[in-house]
Amino acid sequence: MLGTGTGDGLQLEPLKQMRVFNLDEVSLRELNQALHDCNGSDEASAWTVTNTKGKHAVAAGIDAPLEVTVNGHVGYYCAGMNKQGQVTIRGNTGPGVAENMMSGLVRVTGNASQYAGASAHGGLLVIEGDAGSRCGISMKGVDIVVRGSIGHMGAFMAQKGRLVICGDAGTALGDSLYEARIYVKGKVAGLGADCVEKPMAEEHERELEQLLEQAGINGVDAAGFRRYGSARKLYHFNVDNVDAY
Amino acid sequence: MCGIVGLFSKSPVIEERLGELLARMLIEMTERGPDSTGVAVYRDRAPGAMTKITLLSREGEFDWQAMNDEISRVFPGSGSLRPTENHAVATIDAPASRFREWVAREHPDLYINSTGARMEIYKEKGLPSDVVDRFGVSGMQGTHALGHTRMATESRVTTEHSHPFSTGEDLCLVHNGSLSNHNRLREFLKKKGIDFHTDNDSEVAAGYLTWQLREGMSLDEALQAALLDLDGFYTFAIGTRDGFAVLRDPIACKPAVMAETGDWVAMASEYRAIAVLPGADQAECWEPEPATVYSWSH
Repeated sequence: MLGTGTGDGLQLEPLKQMRVFNLDEVSLRELNQALHDCNGSDEASAWTVTNTKGKHAVAAGIDAPLEVTVNGHVGYYCAGMNKQGQVTIRGNTGPGVAENMMSGLVRVTGNASQYAGASAHGGLLVIEGDAGSRCGISMKGVDIVVRGSIGHMGAFMAQKGRLVICGDAGTALGDSLYEARIYVKGKVAGLGADCVEKPMAEEHERELEQLLEQAGINGVDAAGFRRYGSARKLYHFNVDNVDAY
Repeated sequence: MCGIVGLFSKSPVIEERLGELLARMLIEMTERGPDSTGVAVYRDRAPGAMTKITLLSREGEFDWQAMNDEISRVFPGSGSLRPTENHAVATIDAPASRFREWVAREHPDLYINSTGARMEIYKEKGLPSDVVDRFGVSGMQGTHALGHTRMATESRVTTEHSHPFSTGEDLCLVHNGSLSNHNRLREFLKKKGIDFHTDNDSEVAAGYLTWQLREGMSLDEALQAALLDLDGFYTFAIGTRDGFAVLRDPIACKPAVMAETGDWVAMASEYRAIAVLPGADQAECWEPEPATVYSWSH
């Protein structure tokens, strides 16, 4: 803590520490170790990472309410397994950004490659550009908001959580879907097996408004989205099929 | 897993540094494939109607001086042989087919890496840093180049199994992925007269393109046909006389990133290989769409 109390009883706010890691000068391992040293604490300091140059696993494994700004493009698994952390990537991310996130916020100001938010259990992933294929594959409770469009097989086998796409979605959206909800504003190239369009009720519009606001996505009207979900025909046992087993 | 890189120059500055930049891109991809390394560099057009050929000595040590003298006798008017380690570039005053027949008869221990007017292919077992040093890739100038680092999954680690694979005059292919119908396709292509030197799946993709091009398809048509006939996972980069093309399979789980500035166009398996290029942080970056042919030419 840099701020300290003074003798006459005036209590100064503790100054927020800003830590800068230039990956041209320190190793990725040192950065991630320093982040992990905060794990389990309520440390909420601000961190900046520079010269990432497509490196893998930048800021993966955070478990504290740290605010991390990553300046530049990153490779695979950035902010993977994030818990509580508030990570902003100012650039594009490689495959698997925020994979298996548990809580917190991961924001990508550019585009995200394939399987963004894969298997993530919680938290919010915001992609301000486009996302590639398999966005939200096997998502288990995370919310994902994409300002642009996503590639093919979005929300493949998604189990829980919400996927909001302000642009278009590629082919086989929601294939083998369980209970995740999908909202798309633009065109859907095609739905996957057992994924169907469902009516937009007022509660869904409210839910969307909240998600867009939470994601800080301005200028996108919650009206005009379509909702998609599971027809629940694929994963429920049908007694008529008993002879097949 | 393998690493692919490609660099296409749009300015004389990049042409001068082509080899150096490609080498740095390849070294960046080392973890994606430490088994073998190869490059195809397009430079120094053979004069007139002469043919440029990259030879590889499979037995290692080879008397290139004697070979040079022999070439002068058998193919008068040819340029002098330019050896580097177990490779040598010949400039022959004859069509590639005639030289190929002669090599097969007189020097069956030699392997022809490439034929054409501009392309040279160097490939060898080992880490990118070692292989680019051995062949002096960093000192090479040229208009465009492709590189590959291999992590062998389906066949042996040898020089001949390394990429790039030549698919015709000034044409080559590098591949990240695996093909599942390569055995049947190889048998089919053999009946069509395509020669194979290994049991490698990527060589079948190269042979397939060779066949379709020979049958009269354009490269674009051949790649569209490949989407139907090749079963498996792939990101391909294809070097042509004046540029390169990129194709990903319809599932597109093998990574690919492209980037462009006023000075260059680059493709790589990962952005970190592109990050070494001058001005990369300002480049326009995108991922090639599945089942879509991208191409650049000078």
